[in-house]
Amino acid sequence: MIPMEHYLILSSIMFFTGIYGFITRKNMLAVLISIELILNSVEINFSVFNRYLYPEGMEGMIFSLFGIAISAAETAVAIAIIINIYRNMQDISVRQINKMKH
Amino acid sequence: MEFTLFILFIPLFLFILLGLAGNKMKPLTAGLVGTLGIAIATILSYAAAFLYFFRIGKTNGIFEDMMPFSVEWLRFTDMLHIDLGILLDPISVMMLVVITTVSLMVHIYSLGYMKGEKGFQRYYSFLSLFSFSMLGLVVATNIFQMYIFWELVGVSSYLLIGFYYTKPEAVAASKKAFIVTRFADLGFLIGILILSFYTGTFDFGMLTADNASLVVQSTAGLSFMGLSVASWAMALIFMGGAGKSAMFPLHIWLPDAMEGPTPVSALIHAATMVVAGIYLVARLFPVYMFGAPEVLTMIGYIGAFTALFAAVIAVTQTDIKRVLAFSTISQIAYMMVALGVSGFGGHDGLGYMASMFHLFTHAFFKALLFLGAGSVIHAVHSNEMINMGGLRKYMPITHITFLIACLSIAGIPPFSGFFSKDEILAAAFHHDKILFVTLWIVAGLTAFYMFRLYFNIFWGKEKTYEHPPHESPKSMSLPLLFLALLTCVTGFIPFSTFISSDNVPFTAHIDWRIAASGIAVALIGIFAASSLYMKGNIKTVKRLAERMGGFYKAALHKFYIDEVWMFITRKVIFRYISKPIAWFDKHVVDGAMNGIGWITQQLSLSIKGFQSGNVQFYAWVFIAGTLIITLWVLFL
Repeated sequence: MIPMEHYLILSSIMFFTGIYGFITRKNMLAVLISIELILNSVEINFSVFNRYLYPEGMEGMIFSLFGIAISAAETAVAIAIIINIYRNMQDISVRQINKMKH
Repeated sequence: MEFTLFILFIPLFLFILLGLAGNKMKPLTAGLVGTLGIAIATILSYAAAFLYFFRIGKTNGIFEDMMPFSVEWLRFTDMLHIDLGILLDPISVMMLVVITTVSLMVHIYSLGYMKGEKGFQRYYSFLSLFSFSMLGLVVATNIFQMYIFWELVGVSSYLLIGFYYTKPEAVAASKKAFIVTRFADLGFLIGILILSFYTGTFDFGMLTADNASLVVQSTAGLSFMGLSVASWAMALIFMGGAGKSAMFPLHIWLPDAMEGPTPVSALIHAATMVVAGIYLVARLFPVYMFGAPEVLTMIGYIGAFTALFAAVIAVTQTDIKRVLAFSTISQIAYMMVALGVSGFGGHDGLGYMASMFHLFTHAFFKALLFLGAGSVIHAVHSNEMINMGGLRKYMPITHITFLIACLSIAGIPPFSGFFSKDEILAAAFHHDKILFVTLWIVAGLTAFYMFRLYFNIFWGKEKTYEHPPHESPKSMSLPLLFLALLTCVTGFIPFSTFISSDNVPFTAHIDWRIAASGIAVALIGIFAASSLYMKGNIKTVKRLAERMGGFYKAALHKFYIDEVWMFITRKVIFRYISKPIAWFDKHVVDGAMNGIGWITQQLSLSIKGFQSGNVQFYAWVFIAGTLIITLWVLFL
């Protein structure tokens, strides 16, 4: 059996890659993908802890499913917004969006 | 006697009613409501006076103080507390009658005089406030309550003098009256504080009890700059009285107060504001007598000087209301002299009685003079004597009533002014010959300038009038007739059996030698006035004025006292006191406040950068913070 740490290291790398991407990316689609990375790393953690610590229960798995559903919905909404912004501004760079403040 | 509360509360209620709902009423309705209210208050005052003087006021032949109503308002110590209440004693009951009578006459008169004026309802609401303040002042049970109403009188006079607020002169006059009297009230307040600090009470009864022994004992042995503390306190309190009663040199506001509507002048000059100072000294008379006799002497001399000074100016003035204004100053000063020369108890207290008597009679004939002047002004639309003359044919009622008032103020028997003035002269004669001679000269001057006024208005050369003058409407002539009637009869009231310095009635007799000298000097004055002004002999008058030269010019300009005050305030107080204070305020006080504001602003400006709305930046800060805290926890 693969040790638990391997999974956790993987999810940590995913998580911090996501964070890094979220902070540094200029393109909003890239930011969105970074958020997906963060969410997926969390879902891996849910499954792994469930599987290794409480193998008789299924709560972690169910949480992962919820997470996937919510991230799908969130992505749908975010992409709708991004498409609308693109239509109005011909640009989806984060720096440009501050025009919407005024 | 609890109904005396209504004498106070009716005018107060009317003030609030007319002030808030006046504009919803028709002007005449508002005027009638106000008049009716004060009429009820007048009837109640008469009832109170009747009950007090003839039924329940006297025990064992002495008039007792009664306190039908009193509530404790602020308590500082067991003894020192501020009450609000009603004190009935001979002088306060007498004042109730005087104030309500004159106020009622002014209310009725104003129905005609102020007809069609803008702000008619406002005018009536202010009149009610004025009556309320003055009534509250005279029934005050303690000096602090008096001070409260004292200031209310100042406010209401400010409102009424400045009634024509679109006229710059009226606004300036109202401000002047307010500021000068407030300046004097500063002394009054400090006096009250000193007095209450040493005696531990505000109550009039306690202050004056047992020949003011409380005051004398509490401040005995203490002295400051040669005078006892009691003297200082009483002198400062007198400063307030001198301000309201327009004693020299604080008289400057009163002639200017003529800018207000004429009936208001009648009210201020006859029954309310200017007699407040006299009333204050009379109220605290035992304290002055036993606690500060040198201040009482000073009051007498200030009064005599003011009386002479104002009478000389009155001779030169051409505005008829200004002549009357200076006459008021002079007559009020007469009352001050009477208080100044008075002793205590029995016949020694003749001056006290004479002062109150003159206040009483003066109220009616001065109101009559002012209302008569108002009637004349109403007819010819001018204040200047030069525009008047020969009015006796057109305005018979005004003419006769004005003549009666002139005779009365000149001191011709059997009109009321003779009796009261004679008592004052007698009191002065027995006390101080210098004061007596001054007052005697003033009596002659009074007769002269009053008849100068009378002949100029009603006799002299007839002027060509744009509209022929006509007699005033009934609402104006009826009060004139009623006041003329009072002027004829009030002299015969045996005043000394009602009012005396120690509340023990006595009988005062007319000293015919003094009375004869008084009548003689008055007749000389009248004769001089008639020979100069009856035929309108302007040339002689002019020559006489030229002969007087500089003195005449100085008197015409009121001896430049206004200018002196202007100099003192502008050049001394403003420059050397107010300016540094203003600088300190502007730079130090405001600077501190502005500095705090500036720092806050800079701080907020620098923090503002954090709130960019950029989520990526927020996330970065959040994560950086988390990392720092994590490292902190792990390694420390």
